[in-house]
Amino acid sequence: MSGVAPSAAPRGTAVASGEDAGAWQTLRRGVQLSPSLRAGIGGTLALAVVSTVGGAVVPVVIQQTIDRGLTGGGRIDQSVVVRLVLASLLVVAVTTVAAYAMKVRLFVASENGLADLRVQAFRHVHDLPVLTQSSERRGALVSRVTSDIDQVSLFLQFGGIFFAVSIGQVIVATVIMAVYSWQLTAVVWVCFLPLVLALRSVTGRMTSAYGRVRRSVGEMLSVIAEPVVGASVVKAHAIEARTQDRVDAAIDANYRRQVEAQRLVAMTFASAGLAGGLASAGVVVVGVWLGVAGQLSIGTVIAFAFLVSLLVGPVQMATQVLTEAQNAVASWRRVIALLDTPADVADPGAAGTRLPDRPLDIAFAGVGFAYPGGPDVLRDVDITIAPGRRVAVVGETGSGKTTFAKLLTRLMDPGRGQVCVGGVDLRAVPFDSLRRRVVMVPQEGFLFDSTLADNLRYGQPAADDATLLAAISGLGVSEWFAGLPDGLATRVGQRGESLSAGERQLVALVRAALADPDLLVLDEATSAVDPQTETMIARALDGLLRGRTSVTVAHRMGTAEAADEVLVFADGALVERGPHGRLVAAGGVYARLHASWVAQSRLGQEAPA
Amino acid sequence: MSSRPGSTRRGFAVIGQGARAQRRLFSVAVVGSLLYGALTVADAWVLGWATDEVITPAFEVDAVDVGDLAIVSLLFVGVAVGRALGVIARRLVGGIVYFRLMAEHRRAVTRQYLRLPMRWHQAHPTGQLLSNANADVEAAWAVMMPLPMAVGVLAMLVVAVVAMLTADIVLTVVGLVIFPLLFAINVGYQRILSPRVTLAQQLRAEVSAVAHESFDGAMVVKALGREVEETHRFQEQAVQLRDANVAAGRVRSVFDPVLEALPTIGVLLVIVVGVQRVLSGAAQPGDVVQVAFLFTVIAFPVRAIGWVLGELPRSVVGWDRVRAVLDADGSTTYGSGVVAGSGPVALEVRDLGYGYADGRPVLRDVQLSVDAGRTVALVGRTGSGKSTLTSLLVRLVDPDSGTVLLSGNDARQLTHASLADTIALVPQQTFLFDDTVRGNVALGAEVSDEDIWAALRTAQADQFVARLPLGLESQLGERGTTLSGGQRQRLALARALVRRPRLLVLDDATSAVDPEVEAAVLAGLREQSTSGGPTTLVVAYRKATIALADEVVFLDDGRIADRGTHVELAARSGPYRDIVDAYDQTRERADREAAARGTGTGTVGAGDKTDAPVPA
Ligand SMILES: Nc1ncnc2c1ncn2[C@@H]1O[C@H](COP(=O)(O)OP(=O)(O)O)[C@@H](O)[C@H]1O
Ligand SMILES: Nc1ncnc2c1ncn2[C@@H]1O[C@H](COP(=O)(O)OP(=O)(O)O)[C@@H](O)[C@H]1O
Ligand SMILES: [Mg+2]
Ligand SMILES: [Mg+2]
Repeated sequence: MSGVAPSAAPRGTAVASGEDAGAWQTLRRGVQLSPSLRAGIGGTLALAVVSTVGGAVVPVVIQQTIDRGLTGGGRIDQSVVVRLVLASLLVVAVTTVAAYAMKVRLFVASENGLADLRVQAFRHVHDLPVLTQSSERRGALVSRVTSDIDQVSLFLQFGGIFFAVSIGQVIVATVIMAVYSWQLTAVVWVCFLPLVLALRSVTGRMTSAYGRVRRSVGEMLSVIAEPVVGASVVKAHAIEARTQDRVDAAIDANYRRQVEAQRLVAMTFASAGLAGGLASAGVVVVGVWLGVAGQLSIGTVIAFAFLVSLLVGPVQMATQVLTEAQNAVASWRRVIALLDTPADVADPGAAGTRLPDRPLDIAFAGVGFAYPGGPDVLRDVDITIAPGRRVAVVGETGSGKTTFAKLLTRLMDPGRGQVCVGGVDLRAVPFDSLRRRVVMVPQEGFLFDSTLADNLRYGQPAADDATLLAAISGLGVSEWFAGLPDGLATRVGQRGESLSAGERQLVALVRAALADPDLLVLDEATSAVDPQTETMIARALDGLLRGRTSVTVAHRMGTAEAADEVLVFADGALVERGPHGRLVAAGGVYARLHASWVAQSRLGQEAPA
Repeated sequence: MSSRPGSTRRGFAVIGQGARAQRRLFSVAVVGSLLYGALTVADAWVLGWATDEVITPAFEVDAVDVGDLAIVSLLFVGVAVGRALGVIARRLVGGIVYFRLMAEHRRAVTRQYLRLPMRWHQAHPTGQLLSNANADVEAAWAVMMPLPMAVGVLAMLVVAVVAMLTADIVLTVVGLVIFPLLFAINVGYQRILSPRVTLAQQLRAEVSAVAHESFDGAMVVKALGREVEETHRFQEQAVQLRDANVAAGRVRSVFDPVLEALPTIGVLLVIVVGVQRVLSGAAQPGDVVQVAFLFTVIAFPVRAIGWVLGELPRSVVGWDRVRAVLDADGSTTYGSGVVAGSGPVALEVRDLGYGYADGRPVLRDVQLSVDAGRTVALVGRTGSGKSTLTSLLVRLVDPDSGTVLLSGNDARQLTHASLADTIALVPQQTFLFDDTVRGNVALGAEVSDEDIWAALRTAQADQFVARLPLGLESQLGERGTTLSGGQRQRLALARALVRRPRLLVLDDATSAVDPEVEAAVLAGLREQSTSGGPTTLVVAYRKATIALADEVVFLDDGRIADRGTHVELAARSGPYRDIVDAYDQTRERADREAAARGTGTGTVGAGDKTDAPVPA
């Protein structure tokens, strides 16, 4: 036994939604997770500051030109105007180049950082137990490594930079206005003030409106999947109308949410323009008044009208950009929450203890397990299995056999107790050692959308075609293989759906045999295969696994009869164990299961013609 | 995708279609946008007018004319109010047009999915169909969002030129240089950008496809320890996407600042020329101010035209994909017949032949007949075509040749409802909806609770359903992931039973169920069939299931190799015996071997201390 203490980790893990982290906290943690985002950020910000100056050129030139005698019939010195304009052109050129440099740096840094984040998150998902527990929708996990990260990148590159530049522009405009006239500045700001004050609440409403849109999109997508993924059920039962109703309802809900959100957007947009109009009127009225009182020049008044237009854009966009920011932060938060969900099924790596180089024994000590939010589905499992034994696991549906198999292969970690293989706590075994020596074949033979050869090679990428063919005949399924249209090059379709259910299981078995494990765990891996093929495979596996340990979950008691030992599960507990004969004699759960199987498999001989 | 001129023309065709479909609302949005455009120009005109008529005179005579100021204020505010109304019409109503088009096309696309036959579904990857209904619909119509604004801007440009002409002809010439330049740069920008954006979008879909597949197959990935390789596979795609995004970003980085600088340069030009014109007495200072202001307010909206042109290629690609679904035909056509009467129907299959898309014949010359009320077992090796045959019976696919008859009625002549009412198939692969237990069993039919519970009882699902926290109302989650395989299978069985079919087709429907439960299910079915229950065709391997059958049909490599009672087949067919007696043969061999070793099956190998039964 290894020295790793039984963990007190929570039983089963669900990925947090991350709703509770604050925005700054999210930002800090996000940048920490993608250090490339910080690369050259100082330079980028400096360039951003420079690039905001360009917008302020026009009002200043207008003011200068007017006050140097354009109006009022005074003679204006044309060479001064030309010099002024040339200087302005220079400023514009500099800010344009600065804006270009700033944007390129931003695109490169953010894309680098977010690509890293994407890959990290993807890898982390594979380290989480949720996938194998399937307690969370897989679609939601996919969106965390795709659209959530896209959202962040869009914001950094568009909304975020627009926001930064807008703030700069507002500040520059305000400074220039204040230099010209504090009174007019006050007039302008009073007109915009209500909007600025309302910003917070409008942004809040808009954020929740977009939150509702997003949720309705998720619901719509999941319902739209029904006529696609469940096409055969829909057609076989002629429930097109019901399915269409469900789909239509989801589409309508999504439509209504979108319109609600759009209403807010249109209103805020319109009111910013309104504030601009008020400000222009105010500037002219107060400006003329002050001008007549000798406090302002005419150029200043007109320059203010131009300055006001510099404010309208940013204020118009502010709520929308802030909403995007909220969405981006929420997305970022979800990705971070994913990465911060402890990978309790984590690879200990080089620090771990490799499995010993001998036949593997198995020991469960006080093992208990519950799926997130559910009751215990395994309780107090204590068992040792000697190396090289062929063990069968039987029990009613839902008694915990699959759960047992997943714990044994460390697809999940136990909530309580400890699982040891070869004397080492599984939590301490590096994955490269664990996955090479211990292989499980799950019930659903999942295949990747590729060729048969690629799928067979999945656990043993170096295997050549001859090795693949040898494994196929080694498992006694050459006859089936000979019937395939393109041999090893046969395409298996999405999830392997171009093969029959039993054929998929055959591929999964050959794939596992090729991986050449020392402990093979089969979870009803031949449930869709005909008995003849099944027994042939069982015999072939017997040969292949000689001297190795195997654990076979089976409904067909033939497997149990042939096993060295049988484990019987009932309602989450290991209730009986022993060789077939002794268990039958004991007259317990196993005897009953076996009797009903025998009754079934013998009925034929007694059945009336 | 490409910027072929054809794509622009076709893009306009798509736009035209959308605009026609939402004629009324689209017109409102365009009118709103025109109002907005005209009033934006009016804003500049008000400033110019105020400069010459109010501000300058006031400064000259050093006196305030309150009436004049009131007029200026009213003009500014009035223009702003009108413009705000225009903005609301444009953005809100324009948005509604876009959302409606999306909703309508999503409805149309999903209707097609429901209408098109399984053969079509099998030929199209799931991911593609999902994105047709979602991303492609969105891509097709996204152009409708900036469209009203672009139309408004076009009007605005016309009005602007007119306004400039009333100001000064030479200043107008400056405008006529800058505006087309702005326009051309916008078009060039979108032409260069859009293929890059389209590429990035494709790559985004690929990234998502890899993630989907990898997470779907997570069990296999984990069980075989392939996380590192999967991560590499994903990384390759992610890096390509990153590079595509950066490439698009570089184009944006060049054009955006230029587009921002151009109007400023225009204003500076106007000032230089304007000063000259004012000095020569050809123009008023207010004209210069007006034209300069026009440049400032128009610069941004002009980009809407670029947005529309930029969206066009994407819109064409999206629309083509949506169209492919909408135009797909080969729907299963149903007849108008019904199977008369009630009670079990007779099944007859004549000369049936079928092959999947790869052309290899899977079923050949299949003949099969089942009398009403009888039970027939279909036995055959893995891949022999049993599932294919069951799917032909319920017309999930239609045969390449031959017919299926239900009590003498050609299945193709029946209405869909009659067919579905007559036959229920329990497929080998269970699919559950993201719905409650009730929803999954009743599938929207009006079924009483008693009937649901009765069906659950026969399927041996009543106990675990009763233990669920909300019973029949418990939500099952996406594809029923919270249930074990055997539990899912039993719900699928109950789903078929509750419909009281006249022909029940079971495709290995108890494979994930333990022997005891299976025995109970079979007992329930037997009870049904003796009391006027359905005709039953059952794909089976186990003798107990076979024993339910009055007759056995042995399918070998797509042909009916033999038929008769189990005893007859067992007596005369070696291949049949090899399948159904496989367990007995194994047991006998084990017994023989054990006998040779001098021990019984009941004795264990040496040295296990724990082989006594553990008390429960
Ligand atoms: N992903 C899951 N989330 C919640 N409960 C689950 C999940 N998977 C299985 N269960 C529950 O755990 C219990 C044991 O399941 P399982 O180990 O699959 O049983 P078996 O393999 O013996 O049929 C069942 O009651 C099942 O409903
Ligand atoms: N969607 C499909 N596309 C192409 N070939 C298929 C598809 N489904 C099944 N097949 C092939 O048709 C044959 C019969 O399959 P199936 O009817 O599922 O067999 P069974 O149910 O008897 O195991 C198999 O060889 C299988 O590979
Ligand atoms: Mg199981
Ligand atoms: Mg099948």
